[in-house]
Amino acid sequence: MTSAISVKNLNKVYDSGFQALNNINLDIQRGEIIALLGPNGAGKTTLISVICGIVNPSSGQILVDGDDIQTEYRQTRSKIGLVPQELTTDAFETVWNTVNFSRGLFGKASNPVLIEQILKDLSLWDKKDNMIMTLSGGMKRRVLIAKALSHEPEILFLDEPTAGVDVELRKDMWIVINKLRQSGVTIILTTHYIEEAEEIADRIGVINKGEIVLVEGKDELMHKLGKKQVILQLRQDIPAIPEPLQHYDLSLSDDGSELTYTFDTEGEHLGITALMDDLSDNNIRFKDINTKKSSLEEIFVQLVRESE
Amino acid sequence: MNFYAVKAIYKFEMARTWRTLLQSIVSPIISTSLYFIVFGSAIGSRIEQVDGIPYGAFIVPGLLMLSLLTQSVANASFGIYFPKFTGTIYELLSAPVSMKEVVLGYVGAAASKSFILGVIILITANFFVPLQIAHPFVMVFFLILTCITFSLLGFIIGIWADNFEKLQLIPLLIITPLVFLGGSFYSADMLPPFWEKVTFFNPVLYLISGFRWSFYEISDVDIWVSIAMILVFLAITLFVVWRIFKTGYQLRK
Repeated sequence: MTSAISVKNLNKVYDSGFQALNNINLDIQRGEIIALLGPNGAGKTTLISVICGIVNPSSGQILVDGDDIQTEYRQTRSKIGLVPQELTTDAFETVWNTVNFSRGLFGKASNPVLIEQILKDLSLWDKKDNMIMTLSGGMKRRVLIAKALSHEPEILFLDEPTAGVDVELRKDMWIVINKLRQSGVTIILTTHYIEEAEEIADRIGVINKGEIVLVEGKDELMHKLGKKQVILQLRQDIPAIPEPLQHYDLSLSDDGSELTYTFDTEGEHLGITALMDDLSDNNIRFKDINTKKSSLEEIFVQLVRESE
Repeated sequence: MNFYAVKAIYKFEMARTWRTLLQSIVSPIISTSLYFIVFGSAIGSRIEQVDGIPYGAFIVPGLLMLSLLTQSVANASFGIYFPKFTGTIYELLSAPVSMKEVVLGYVGAAASKSFILGVIILITANFFVPLQIAHPFVMVFFLILTCITFSLLGFIIGIWADNFEKLQLIPLLIITPLVFLGGSFYSADMLPPFWEKVTFFNPVLYLISGFRWSFYEISDVDIWVSIAMILVFLAITLFVVWRIFKTGYQLRK
């Protein structure tokens, strides 16, 4: 089966000489939700813009459903919906007109029933006759989403869809996205809210300085790169980690009241039992025990740091 | 051909006209009426006939051209510049439309607006001066081709401009002087011999002359020369638009 999107050796150098994308290779499977994470200026938006046809690639090839985005642009673009990062709207148009305009622009005959459903799903129906300039930021974001969905795309790009958006809209949006996922739409998402990616994505791609650092299934990534920690609250403070315990990956808090043991979730021998025994042998007693698993955010920060 | 897209752009642009009715239709009508009152009635009543035509009627084709040229350029340049300015151009660039369709939508709408405007001005003129149109088909031919050609020119300016100043630059510094000096208000033979010769380097003269011929059968140059000129302008603007899209100039980074 062909990938929904296949990016091969993609480079983008802007006229200023800035290399925004450096030999990107990426395959996005049909029906998956992939989150692209990366610091500001990493190249996420450029990558999306090239795939959508807004920015010309310098070299490389992109296939959408097996079709080249440059030679077969009609087929490829009609399958893609894009929600851009910036709130760029036609200020003086009504919601209804602008969403219908998008559908026409993407080559589809008008379908008022469908547009009504989209507007209702995004809680925009009662605003349909309002001029866009009168709407709040969150409402404008909904309009952009409605525009992107108006032509029933098979692939949806969401570039920072939840930036500056309130909790209610986020919830509405994830409901819509879940519905889309169930109908088989491929979703590519960039976000700074990593917990969002952690919750919703099947795979995570990390981009930094125009390069793909890694692309991995979310669960595998968490498993592979995630760390677990056991935090022990000591009954009595200790001045230093005793010599017999030095071979464990232990760290002691400044006041000597808390001992933290970090271990790999992938490791076969986690050594917790041995550690407990050794603690007891060295007369270290604890009053409380906590465990902590690293979040995707911590993994992300670590990956970006390593790629610097 | 993505007809739905052409229709969507066309409808969208025409909707802008109705939304800004005062600016796009009413204001050109008022300014043209002012010209008729001042030049046609007040001053014109003291000017003798030009080639047997009362002065007020003589200036109708020139005034129409003045409005058509400036409005076509203004409408079309603004139509494509504004999405660039606000950023909504992203949608156009990511849509499955060819540049031919984009031009058809934007230029078609701008030309339609100018055409409607031309007809309204003609009707307005009829209230002020005795009008006669000797060759209605030629008149409509000039009207349509001028609307299309100068909307194309406006489209080119709108793509080229990267700020509001540039958007105004060509209409103010080039088009308005060319129209004023192209015989809108006078016949070329009314000028001193030297300036009469200079005037023939002004491309707009040929348009006004041809257009005036369709009304009153009087012209500064042969009607076929005028027809050839408007076709040459159209060809040039089409060529430039084609080049722009060939290179992706200013639209796709």
